[in-house]
Formats: sequence, structure tokens, C-alpha cells
Amino acid sequence: MLYIQCPWCGWRDESEFGYGGEAHIERPKDPDSVSDAEWADYLFFGSNTRGEFRERWVHSAGCRRWFNAVRDTTTYEFKAFYRMGEEPPGGEQ
Amino acid sequence: MSEAIRQESPLVERITPERKAASPADAGVTLRERPFLGCVNLRGNPEDASFTDAVQGVLGVALPTEPNTVVESGDITVFWLAPTEWFVRTVADGERDLIARLEEALAGQHIATNDVTGNFTTIELAGPHARDVLEKGCTLDLHPRAFAPGQCAQTLLSHAGILIRPVHDGQAFELVVRRSFADYTFIWLEDAAVEYGGVAISD
Amino acid sequence: MSQTNRLQSGGRIDRSKPLTFTFNGQSLQGYEGDTLASALLANGISLVGRSFKLHRPRGIMGAGAECPNSLVQVGRGAGTIPNLRATQTELYQGLEANSVNCWPSVKFDVNAVTGLFSPLLPAGFYYKTFKWPKSWWDKVYEPRIRKAAGFGKAPTAPDPDRYEKKNRHCDVLVVGGGPAGIAAALEAGRRGARVILCDEQNEFGGSLLANRQFLDGKPGVEWAQEAVAELESLEEVTLLPRTTAFGHYHHGFVSLLERVTDHVGLTSPDRRPRQRQWRVRANQVVLATGAIERPLVFCNNDRPGIMPASAVSTYINRYGVRPGQRAVVFTNNDSAYQTALDLGDHGIDVAAIVDVRPASEEGVLVDRARKEEIPIYSGYAVVDTRGGQHVSGVKVMRLNGRGDGVYGEIHHFDCDLVASSGGWNPVIHLHSHPGGTMRYDESIASFVPDQAVGNTYNAGACNGNFALGGCITEGLSAGATAAAGAGFGSEDIEGAAPATGKQKESPLRPMWRVPSRKPISRAPKQFIDVQNDQTSADVYLAVREGYRSIEHIKRYTAMGFGTDQGKLGNINGAGIAAEALGEDIAKVGTTTFRPAYTPVTMGAFAGRDFGPERFHAVRKTPMHKWHVEHGALFENVGDWKRPWYYPKPGESMREALDRESYQARHAVGVLDASTLGKIDVRGPDAAEFLNRVYTSGWKTMEVGKARYGIMLGEDGMIMDDGVSARIAEDHYHMTTTTGGAARVLGHLEEYLQTEWPELQVYLTSTTDQWAAISLAGPHARDVVEKVVSGIDLSSEAFPFMTWRDGEAAGVPARVFRISFSGELGFEINVQANYGQYVWDAVWEAGQEYGITPYGTETMHILRAEKGFIIAGQDTDGSVNPMDFGMHGLLSKKKDFIGRRSLSRPDAIREDREQFVGLVTVDDPKEIIPEGAQLVEDRNANEAPKPVPLHGYVTSSYYSSTLGHSIALAMVKRGRERMDEVLYAPQADGRVIQCRITSPVFYDPKGERQNV
Repeated sequence: MLYIQCPWCGWRDESEFGYGGEAHIERPKDPDSVSDAEWADYLFFGSNTRGEFRERWVHSAGCRRWFNAVRDTTTYEFKAFYRMGEEPPGGEQ
Repeated sequence: MSEAIRQESPLVERITPERKAASPADAGVTLRERPFLGCVNLRGNPEDASFTDAVQGVLGVALPTEPNTVVESGDITVFWLAPTEWFVRTVADGERDLIARLEEALAGQHIATNDVTGNFTTIELAGPHARDVLEKGCTLDLHPRAFAPGQCAQTLLSHAGILIRPVHDGQAFELVVRRSFADYTFIWLEDAAVEYGGVAISD
Repeated sequence: MSQTNRLQSGGRIDRSKPLTFTFNGQSLQGYEGDTLASALLANGISLVGRSFKLHRPRGIMGAGAECPNSLVQVGRGAGTIPNLRATQTELYQGLEANSVNCWPSVKFDVNAVTGLFSPLLPAGFYYKTFKWPKSWWDKVYEPRIRKAAGFGKAPTAPDPDRYEKKNRHCDVLVVGGGPAGIAAALEAGRRGARVILCDEQNEFGGSLLANRQFLDGKPGVEWAQEAVAELESLEEVTLLPRTTAFGHYHHGFVSLLERVTDHVGLTSPDRRPRQRQWRVRANQVVLATGAIERPLVFCNNDRPGIMPASAVSTYINRYGVRPGQRAVVFTNNDSAYQTALDLGDHGIDVAAIVDVRPASEEGVLVDRARKEEIPIYSGYAVVDTRGGQHVSGVKVMRLNGRGDGVYGEIHHFDCDLVASSGGWNPVIHLHSHPGGTMRYDESIASFVPDQAVGNTYNAGACNGNFALGGCITEGLSAGATAAAGAGFGSEDIEGAAPATGKQKESPLRPMWRVPSRKPISRAPKQFIDVQNDQTSADVYLAVREGYRSIEHIKRYTAMGFGTDQGKLGNINGAGIAAEALGEDIAKVGTTTFRPAYTPVTMGAFAGRDFGPERFHAVRKTPMHKWHVEHGALFENVGDWKRPWYYPKPGESMREALDRESYQARHAVGVLDASTLGKIDVRGPDAAEFLNRVYTSGWKTMEVGKARYGIMLGEDGMIMDDGVSARIAEDHYHMTTTTGGAARVLGHLEEYLQTEWPELQVYLTSTTDQWAAISLAGPHARDVVEKVVSGIDLSSEAFPFMTWRDGEAAGVPARVFRISFSGELGFEINVQANYGQYVWDAVWEAGQEYGITPYGTETMHILRAEKGFIIAGQDTDGSVNPMDFGMHGLLSKKKDFIGRRSLSRPDAIREDREQFVGLVTVDDPKEIIPEGAQLVEDRNANEAPKPVPLHGYVTSSYYSSTLGHSIALAMVKRGRERMDEVLYAPQADGRVIQCRITSPVFYDPKGERQNV
């Protein structure tokens, strides 16, 4: 049972949250301009990172805000939590 | 509306005169429902002074912008729910007037008001084992050091979402429960209280 | 004679409180403070069971969680518990225990003959043998193996007891109430931190309960009692005896099992639960879990009467029990000398101390043993034992210098007790659960914690520090560090450490396997895991067969697989594996430690979350009571209870459905639609937002109107559907399916917050705010007219797919003219607290028109007759709008979620399954089972497999309106195949012939709903 810091509500039990997969994957602005392969890549493929991973969570049972976290996928340790729209710590990857 | 018009609490089948009379004498938990209180869900931008000022003008108190806090003023209680969302509670039948005044004061702004009087009911849980009972199904830290009067939280009680806050100097907890979950929550609380002598229903 | 092996005095038992209990039907006596194991030993009973595979006699071996042998079945009837460890079962008046894994009795076990064939049952035997023929798997192998190998019997009646859960936060959780744990709790508790101290035993003190060491000049137990009294006085300290921390997870989450009333009787005598699972979220975790003595591994080391030395001391000092009359102590370190002294002090003859260390040792304990004139055989080893159901003697020989061979004369010692010590293993289980690393410590020849995960600190014996003074100092230090970490004071120790005597010790001599006179494969068995009958020969075999990783060796041999999880044997196993591999044990390492540390009952995990009222949430509508009173049967839709149908007395389900749908088609039916999800959508960009989330266009829909819409996932598949109404220019009332409400709101919020934060839209869930009363049928308007005021209900003023505000029975109401049945329909929405009142008014008003309540089943029939889909029934996340012929709902003028996916090659594949209707051919009234697979071959049941699949049935009913059954189905290229015949083969051999039709069976022009 992870302990997660909602950027609004603070530390709460994992049971209050929903998981949203990899963060910072932007929906193509003009879907018609991307090829089938590019669209499929956007839809179906994640980076499956070993180590520090930027991922999305939503505080479903609380304030219902989506936010981002950096978590080490090998240790479960959270390195950072930040709100939607904020720069990830460490900048672009 | 006419006096003949009957309202029903979602706990209509649970909180009955018979059940009140049958309250165990050594109950470790006391429960009372505050049904029909006027409830309004308010959305708006707290960083926009024209919004916060207008709301304060109507409510008589500044909107709480600190997450998970509550402010009270007269008959009005305002709970922070989310960065752009508040739960405003007033007296029974006060919701329509409150919405009308908010809508008037906020005309032209990007806001939303919703009557949620029927969406929730309010339960108060007191007694020496109120916290013990809640700890069976709630992962929030309910210790007075972590959760003191003036704070509130949306969380889970077993399988139901709740809005909870300490009241009466931290001697009791107030639970705002969605209507459809109220019956389940009552049953769950009664069961959880068995080892503490059950639940007494009070007025 | 009763309690023949009870010492005259001593022990932490209450001799004034005798308790009567039975073991295998024999009535016996013990005392309060006994465990079942200590009471059995006091009565001279050491044989308690048989081993898992070979059915060899098994005696009480350990004195706590580590004991691999003492499994018993306690009690009978509904409360009976299998697999209880006698060493951890507190004695109570009337306790009934029975041996497991033996038949007909523990002393004469038929399966013991298996032992004679043990050469045929080597490691990996199961994998190699029970492979073929396949038909024997479930008929022969499994039942026989289970019968021969099972431990105990599960109760067949419901558990009469309650099991509770508790969530609790704390600043510092201290696991283990021995000297280190008590010190840590004191240090943190005195600073005002919220501390939980738990210990698996019935009282705090840990090793102090079983040894004779002094602290501050008084017996250690007294020091512990005073410390516990102080802890009890601290308001924020919670003391949990009889509580095992069984799992340590991430971020300070630790699961504890508190045995609340297990020690009182078979079932709880009062309203307290039997057990409570604590789910603790600790800011800081101090582990003071102690160490477990590992036995030496020698030939025939499994006989009853052979025990770890510390267990022998525990039975003497803590329980006042004499575990034998004449002992041999066999050791590679100093600590077992204390056991020899304990034995001697209680008049138990010590025939010899056999010490594998060659030199004359210099420790304090060794000197005392010498003074007591106990014979010490330095540089010797026990090479074999004798005995039947109990050990009766040992053979001792001289060890060579390398410790890998024995030579010289065989010395025979008669004895009924062998106390062995191969050193101590820190209990690093909880440290390791969340991923804490370990390292090999040469000085203790075992693994100690290395890097801890999170705010976790190890203190005392579990950290490899076995000296009492060091344990306490480490405990204080860990308590200070943890308290400081939680914001209470500094990391400097504030409390004073009690004075301890210094004990000089000599180093141990690591010895994983005591050599024998014969090569391993031919030598008598040297048991590593006595519960699973795994020996050093099995480990050597596994290595010979190519296994290199300790994890693989464990799985191949099943070493450590038992209910004891190899607490005694696993490190020895790793050492012997290292020896067989010719590698360093530090490199071989140990297997992974996983929760649970000791077995946890299923009840503790289930807690109170079972049964129809609490297994999941139960949501009820404002009119629930009315439905119950009117005989409704209910259906679960998501968490909701929805009326399914309302049978009248004596009516069958079919008759009730026929009546309900007839009334809805010919008079008026009323349905509780309150469960539909409702979302208030408001803001300047509300129309744009709906345009993006629905497939069709919404900007042009006028205020006062409503429209049906479908939502797709980004993958283009149908996610949900519903009707949304425009309340104002910037304001919509959206509805979703009952089961999809939370998912849809989450989906919409996700896009608003993450993809389109620039859109000015607020979403508010109002599902519970509205009671929704849905009327359908030719008389629907007549009923509404009697109830609703303030709205012109004429078809011209209030046409199909519009809404109006008015009053219903004097209550403010929002009325929609919508239909999910194809009939004239109205849906009256009022604030939920008035729902029952308005429903009553509608019911009253409808009497003259034959108003009939109908449930979800009739609703499904009515909509299926019209070919309306139900998202979640006719869709399964793999179907897109084109599959349903919904091309008209796909706007070409705008983007929407999922649109791009609709042109992916898979979405436009020509052979996709399409939505069609089906009718049965042979018997028009036969109902095809939902989910039935459709094929072209009438003889599919006999045809070679696989038979090409052409589709499947998604919905199927009997339609009384049409006089025949109808079904909805997905069929490959279905729309091109009207009137074709397909077959639905059934498991019972029947084949249902069906014909493809349009999915709209009734009123195809939709005239009835528009009147």
C-alpha cells in the first residue's frame, strides 16, 4: 500500500488514488496529421522505464485532481509530486 | 412548498423511533443524523478576486482556500473540496435562496452552483469509541494532532466516499455521505460498533 | 502422573491456575502461562506429528514461531483451526488439540512406511513422477497426494467469530518487545511521539523472559516489567502484545495480526473479535525482531528430543519444564553453554558438551561449564543419533581440522535430549520484505541487514548484535533516531541504558553440515527442513542436476516451503548449497523473504467485508423501500440495487415480464431511473467540451432540447452513452449509464485537467441529487398531466427530446420527454428527498390507467425490441460505432475523442462483427443463451475444431409483444447477411438455428414515442 502525496490534499493512502500511466504524453494536436503508426504508438506504447518514471495519478476519493509523480519503478520510492502543468523536476527527459 | 409535502431522509428505514428507543445503554458510539440541511456545490476561481469577494459578500465569510479546511459563519459552513470547488451548507430549505443570491452576485462570471441538498446527508458520530469505529474503515490519520477542528477531508470509509471533519472540539466527527451510500454506511457503522456496545441513536 | 516433567519451581507460569486440556483425546493439565507445547512437554509428551513427505515422527522442536513441527488442529466444529503451532498456542481451559498428518494415530502412522521407500522420493520427485497419464492428474495423483500430505482440516461451517481491521498512523512503530524494542519504545515514547510497540508473545520482554540475565542489578524480566509499566503510562504509546507484524510494505506500511481472544478459548467469549488486523502507517519503523538459533545439521537430526539449545533453555526458564532427563549439548559457539548450565542448575544430567571448535575455549560460559565439571568434547561432533519415537542416544567422533570429516573412535552417549546450536540468525524478514538488502557477516556466520528501505532501523539481535548491553544501546539509539525523524527531539539518546555485565565470548566455528562417516548420498538423512523432509542430500542432488541459484534450489527441493517458511533451516540450506556449489555463502545468498512472517487467518484478511451488506457498497435509490414493499426482486448494477422485476404472488418470472411489458406498451409503466449517472456541465466552453467528448455535434442544439450521444475511448471503442440536455447557453445536464457514471466523470475530468486545461468548464456530479421517475406507454401523458403543473405537456409545446422545468405534486421538477422503450415517455426528476413523495403521487395518479412498475428486465426487453443498445451489455470495449451502424452519430466537422482511431486499419476492416438481430427458426419462442457463439456449420459440435466463429449473442429475451424470442448479436459482416441462417451450438449438444434480422424488431419508424 503506497503512500502518496496529493499536491493539494497531502499524504493519503494509495486506496484513494487512481493510476494514470505514463505522464507527459501529449495527445497529438492534429490527429489527422499523424500516421496510423504514430497514432498507434501514442495510444498503445509506453516507455516501460526501469528506474525513475514520470507517471500520472488522480486523487479519485479526494479532490479528484490529476497530478504527476516521479517514482522509481524498482524501489517504489517517490522522488517528487507535482501539479498538472508544472515542469517536471529535472526538466525535459 | 406546501407543508403536506413529505421529505424522506435516506436513513428513513434505519433511524426510526423504535430504533432510537432500542439504543443500547452501554453504546460506545452515538449517532445522530442532521437530514435535509441545504447544500450547495460551488465552483469558481479562487485566484479571481471578483469571484472570492462576491462569494464573501453572500456567505459573510471568506472562502477557505487552504486545502481541506472548513470555515463557519452563522448558519453557513463552507468546506474546501478541491482547488475550484466548495461544499456550502446552510439551514434546511435555505439552498434555493442561497443559490439565487450566489448566482446574482456572480452573474457573468465562469462559475457553477448546484443544489446538492438531496445528494448528501449529514451524520454525526460521537462517543468514546467514535474514532475506533472510523479507524476500521478509514485510512486517514484521525488523531487530533493530525486532524483537528477546522480541518476536513474527503476520503473513504470502507467502500463509500465520505467528507469528514472533527466537530465539538474534536469530541465527535461529522460525516457527509452521499445519499445512495447512506444506508450502507449506517449498516457498516452499526456493525463496526458491535465490539464497543453498538450505536445509540440520538436526536 | 500429571506433569511429570514440570520443575518444582520457576517459570512464568501461574501454578495457582491449573488448566485442563486434551491432546489426541487424552486429558492433561497445564498452567496459565503455558503454551500448548510447554504443557505437552511438562506432561512428557514430545511426539506431536508426522513429517510432510516421509511421515517420520516429529516432536516439539522450537519454542516459538520458528518451530517447524508442532502443528496441531485445535478445537472442532465451526471454530476449529488447522495448522496451529503448539509453541505459539496459549493454553486455555478446555483446549482440545489433535495431531495432524498422521493416520490412524501419531504413534502408529500407516504412511510412515513411506520412509522405507524414501530413496524413491528424492528432491524433484513430484515434478518427475506425476506427469502422465494426463487422465490421472485429477483422479489419482492429486487426491492421493492431498490426502497423504495435507496438514489439518479446514472447518466446514461458517466461522462464528468476528475479525476486525484497524487503520492506524503512528510516528514510530517498534516491532518486537524484547530489550532492544522496549528501549526504542521508551526513548521515542518519552519524547511524546505516537508509538506502537507490538510483540507476538503474550507478554513483553522477549529473550529476557527465557534467560537469567540481569539489568541494573535485577532480573531482566523485572526491568522489562517496569519499562512496560512506564510505557503504559504514556498517553501516546500503544502496547500490542500477542500481535505479530507479519508484513512490511512500502512507505512505512506494516500489517499486524493481533490475536485478541485466541488465548481465551476456541471462540470469543464476548463481543470482542477473535483477531484484528492492524494496518499501520508508520512514519518511522524500528525493527527489533531478535534472532533465531539455527540447529546443527547432522545425521538423523530430526528425532523428537533434538532441539535448538535456546528452546531447551526457554522451556526450563520460562515454563518451568524439564525437556529431558539426560542431555547432550552439541554446539559450535558459546551460547549453548548457557543451556548446559541451565540444565545442570535444574538437576538435569548433561552427559556431554560436544563442541566442534578444536581449541580450548575461553568464554565466561565455557569457564563456568568447566567449573561445573560438565564433560566437554572440544573438536568433536555428533555424527548420528539413535531412537524410535524419541532420541535415545548419540554417536560422537573427532572432527578433522578442516571440519569436513570425522575419524577415530565412536563415543556413544545415552540421552533423551540433544540441545544443538549452530549459531544465530538475525530475523531480517521484515527488513527484507520491502526490499531491504542484507550482507553476510563472518563474525556471526549469518546474514544481517545492510541497506534498509525508507525510515527503517534495525536494533539488537536482528541487526546481528547479540549482547544484551549492545541490544539495549542500539534500541535506545534507534528509538532516538526514529523519534527525531518524526520530529521529536534530536538523534542523541536521552534515556540512560541499564547496566549489564560484560560477557567475554569466543568466536563461533561456522558449520553448515556436520560430516558423517559415509558420503552424503549414502549417509543417514541430515535434515535441513524437517517440516518438508528436505535434507543435505536433496540440496546436493539439486546442484548435481544443474540448479545454481538458491531460489531455484529452494523450489526444486521445496526447502523452506512449509508453514514455518524455513525459519530454522533456510540459512543452513544456503550454507550447504554454497558447499555443494563450491561457492562462498555470501555470494549464494538467501531466498527472498516475503510476507507473511507467520501464517495469517483468512478471517483477518476478510475482516467484516463479506456478505450481501458489506462485501461491497450497496447503493439504494430514494424509492428503494417502496420497491421492496411492492415485491420487487433486485438486480445489482454497479453498486446499485435496481428493481429487476415485480412478480405478483404466484407469478413466474416470464409471466411478470409479460405483464410488465404489456402494460408499458398498452397502458403506462413506471420505472425508477434514479441510478443513471448525472453530471452538471457548465462554463463558457461547455458546448465545445461536449463536442469533443461526444461523437456528434452539440453546438447547434438549442436550449430546452436533449440529444442522445455516444462517447468513445481514445481507441475508438464505445465507452458509454446517454442523453444530455441543454439547460442554458453555457450549461448542460448530462446523463450516463448507471454503471458508467464514475468512469465517465473520471474520463471527462482527465481530459479537462490534462489535455484541455484551457477549456472553461466545471463538472459536478449530481447523480444522487435527483430522483428520476420514468413513465412509458400510451397513457404516460395522462398520468403526467395529473401530477405536473407549470408545463404545457402537448406534443407541440413539449415535443420528443426536450425538457421543461415545472412542478410535480408541488415539488420543483425537471421533466424530460425521452424514451428508452420506444413508447411515449416522460422522466420526472425531483430533489431526492422528495422522490418517494412524488413517486407516490405518480402512482396514485396512474391507478386509473393501470400504471405498472417495471424493472430492469422489462426495460431491457422493451429497448431490445427497439434495437437500442446497452453500453456494457451489447458493447464490451472492443466495438466501435460503425459496428453498430451509428455512422449518423459521427460528426465529420470536428475532432472528438476516439475519432482518429476510427480510421485505423483494424477499425475499417470489412469483416468486422456488426450489430444485428436474431430470431430462432425451429422454435420461435426458444431463447438463445446470452453469450452463445454463432457458427455456419449445423454440425459444429461434431466438426473438427476449431470451428470458424461468425459472431456471438449479446442480449436475448422473450418478447411477449412480438410473440417470439429476440436476440441481439454481433455477426461478421452482419448487415450484409440479412435472412442468413446461423447456428448456436450448446454445451448440452443442442443446436439452435437462428436467422439474422434487423436489430429493430418493433415500430421501426419510431412513431410511438413521438405522439
